Amino acid sequence: MDFNRSDDHRLLAESLSRYLHDNYSHSHRMESSATDTGYSPDSYTALCELGIVGALLPESCGGYGGGGYDISVVFEELGKALVVEPLLSTAVMCGNLLADLSNDTHRELIEQIIKGSTTVALANYEPGSRYQLDHINCTATKNGDHWVLHGHKNQILNAGTADYFIVIARSDKQSQLQKGLSCYLIPKDTPGLSINSYPTIDGYQSGDISLENAKNAILLGSDGNAYNTLEKCIARANLALCAEAYGAMTVCKELTIEYLQTRKQFGVEIGKFQVLQHRMVDVLIEIEQAKSSVINAASHIDDSRATRESQISATKNLIGRTAKFVAEESIQLHGGIAMTWEYSLSHYAKRLVMIDHLFGDTDYHLQRYIEFTT
Amino acid sequence: MDLTLSPQEQAFQDEVRDFTANTVPGWLKQKVLEHRHLTKQDHELYHQLLNEKGWLAQSWPVKYGGCAWSAVQKHIFEQETAATGCPRIVPFGVNMLGPVLVKFGDEAQRRHFLPRILDGSDWWCQGYSEPGAGSDLASLKTSAVRNGNHYVVNGQKTWTSYAQHADWIFCLVRTSTEGKRQAGISFLLIDMKSKGIEVRPIKLLDGTCEVNEVFFNNVEVPPENLIGQENMGWTYAKYLLTHERTGIAGVGFASHYLNVLKNIASRQMANAKPLCKDPLFAARVAQLEIDLLAMKTTNLRVVSGADNNAAPGPESSMLKIKGTIIRQEINDLMRRALGPDALPFIESCFEGEHTQDIPVDDYAIPVASHYFNERKLSIYGGSNEIQRGIISKMIIGL
Repeated sequence: MDFNRSDDHRLLAESLSRYLHDNYSHSHRMESSATDTGYSPDSYTALCELGIVGALLPESCGGYGGGGYDISVVFEELGKALVVEPLLSTAVMCGNLLADLSNDTHRELIEQIIKGSTTVALANYEPGSRYQLDHINCTATKNGDHWVLHGHKNQILNAGTADYFIVIARSDKQSQLQKGLSCYLIPKDTPGLSINSYPTIDGYQSGDISLENAKNAILLGSDGNAYNTLEKCIARANLALCAEAYGAMTVCKELTIEYLQTRKQFGVEIGKFQVLQHRMVDVLIEIEQAKSSVINAASHIDDSRATRESQISATKNLIGRTAKFVAEESIQLHGGIAMTWEYSLSHYAKRLVMIDHLFGDTDYHLQRYIEFTT
Repeated sequence: MDLTLSPQEQAFQDEVRDFTANTVPGWLKQKVLEHRHLTKQDHELYHQLLNEKGWLAQSWPVKYGGCAWSAVQKHIFEQETAATGCPRIVPFGVNMLGPVLVKFGDEAQRRHFLPRILDGSDWWCQGYSEPGAGSDLASLKTSAVRNGNHYVVNGQKTWTSYAQHADWIFCLVRTSTEGKRQAGISFLLIDMKSKGIEVRPIKLLDGTCEVNEVFFNNVEVPPENLIGQENMGWTYAKYLLTHERTGIAGVGFASHYLNVLKNIASRQMANAKPLCKDPLFAARVAQLEIDLLAMKTTNLRVVSGADNNAAPGPESSMLKIKGTIIRQEINDLMRRALGPDALPFIESCFEGEHTQDIPVDDYAIPVASHYFNERKLSIYGGSNEIQRGIISKMIIGL
C-alpha cells in the first residue's frame, strides 16, 4: 500500500495547478461562463496544449493516461478553479467512449479531440429517464452504410458547442433495457438534428437535442452491445465529478477558515466561538472522508464491473452528501456575504450542490450500491 | 497511489490469518463473537499467545521486545483479529505506559517494567480522571508530596478501567501548585498493593463493572517510581494520549460489527421477509457501510503518514471522532434491527454458559447492553468535543 502520488501525477497536478493559478482567475471563470459558448475557447486550447486531454485518454488512442488517478488528479485541480471548459464531456466521456468502441477509422477524430480542435457531447439520457442509463427510446434504422436516428435526448453537457454527438439508441425496436443499445456518432449540422442549449444554475452548459430522422449517423462498436461501455463511461464521469467536488470543497474550506479568522463580531474574530469551531471541524472531517472516497473510486475504476460500480456508487453517494454539507455549512459559517453573486464562495457552493444532479444523485447511488453488493 | 497489498504485506496477512485460525482457541473467539464478558484470565491468555508470537508490543522498538510494525501491518492485524473474534489487546500497559517508558523512562525502569508488561506479570491501569477533572484534566488535585524517602499520595481517581484487576497504576499527580496548572503535574507509578489504596467498583448503565473509583490515603511511593522529571508529567501524558489513539478509529471493530449487524438483519423478520430486504433498513446499513469504506482509507492515510513509530498528531483526533460516530451508529442499527427482541435483560447470559430459558435467540441478548456500553466511545480518551477543540486549535488554527 502506498498513499503517495506517483511522480508523474504530482507533476501533472503541479503543472495544471500552476497554469490555473496564473491564467484562470475567478473573474475570468465568471466572464467565460457568461458567454454564449459558456466557456473560453482560448482557455480550452491552452489546457489541451498543456496535455490535459491527453492525460485523460489511454495510450492506445494517442493519450498518455486515462486511468483512475489520472482522472482524479486532473479534476481535483479543475474543481479548485471551477473550470467550465468541456473536459468532462469531450475528453472523459466521449474521448474514452471512442477509444473503447472505435477502431482506426476514428483515429483522426481522437487526435482532434486531444488537440482541442473538436468537441463531442454524449447524448444518452432522454425525457423521463432521470438517471436511469437503460431508459432509451431513441431509435436507429439502417440505411445503406449509415443509420437514421429518431428521438429526443436531454441532459447533454456542452450540447451547444459540440461538433459531434455520440447518441445512444436502439436498432432493435423490440429490445428492452440494457439489451440492444448502440452508440452512434453524428455531426451537429446533420439535417433533422436540432439543438436547444441552456446555461445551468451552477454556471455550466447543458442542452437537449431533437432527432427527426437524422441521417448519416455512424455506428460505433458492434450493434446492440453498448450498455457495458456506456456504464463504464458514466462511471468515469462520476469519478471525475467526485474529484472535482473534492477540489471545490477544499476551496470552500480555505475561504471559510480565512473568513472565521478575520471577520469580527462582539469584538472578536468569529472563529473564537466554540460553536463555529466545532462546525468547522466537522466540515474538515467530512472533507477528509471525501478525499478517501475519491481515492477508493479511482483505484477501482478498471476493476471488474461489480467492484467498479459498487465503489463508484459508494463514492458518488458519499460525495453527494458531503458536498451538500460542505456547501451549506460554508454559507452558514460565513453569513450574508456568502449569499452574494460577487463572492466566489457562492459559485463553489452552487457547483457542490448541483453535482448531485448529474449522473445519479445520493439516493440513486445508494440504491445502486445495494444492488451491486447484495 | 496503490491500495493493494504488496507481496510482503500479503504474506504478513497470511501469517496473521494463520495465528487467528490456529493459535487463538476457538472457545475464546466464540466468547467474543457472542459478546460474553471476558475474565481477567481470558485477557491474560490472549496476551500470552501474542507475546509468545512476539506480537504483543506492536509499536515498541525491537530491542525492548517490540515488533516495530508499520502502520499497514497494524491495520492488517487489527482487521484480521477483529473479524475473527480475537479479544482486543488491553491497552494500558502495552500501548499506553510502554511507549512512555521507552521515551521518557530511565533504563532501570525500562528493564524492570517492560518485560513484566510483556509476560503478564503486571496488569496496569490508568489514573488520570478525577471527580473534578474530566475534560479539564489539568485541574487534577490528587497530590504527591515529597517527604523524606518517598512521595506521599492523597486524593481520588475515577473511571479507572480494570483497576479491580490491576497490580500497578500509572498516575498523574500534582507535585506543585505554582505557575500554570499543567506545569505542576508529575507522572508516577504506584503499586496497587500499597497501604492506603482502596478500589470501589462503579456499576455502569448496562450492569457491568469495568470502571472504578480509586482512593489514595497517605500512600507512600518510592521516588524511583517517578517517570522523567518532576512537574513534566503533562508532556508525558500528552505523548501517551497520541499513542492511545493510534488504533482509535476502530475500523477493525466497525467492520466486525457491521457484519454482525447484517447477520442480525438477515435473521430478523419484518413483514414476512428478512429485515435486510426492507428498503429503508437496507439503505441505512448501506450508507454506514459506505462511510466505513471511506473511513478505512482515511485511517490508513493518517496512520501511514505516521509511520516509523512517530505518534500521529492531531489528525488522530479526526479518526477518533469519525470512527466513534460510525461505531455508535452501527450499534444503534444492531439494537433497532432486533425490534422487541432487544428488550430482555438477562445478566447470567453475559458470563458464558447458562441454563436459563430465555425468551429470545441467544445472539439478541447482549446487543442493547453493547449499545449502551459503547456510548462511552465518544466520551473516553478525551471526549469528541475535546477532540474538536484540539483540531480547531492545532490543525485549523482558530
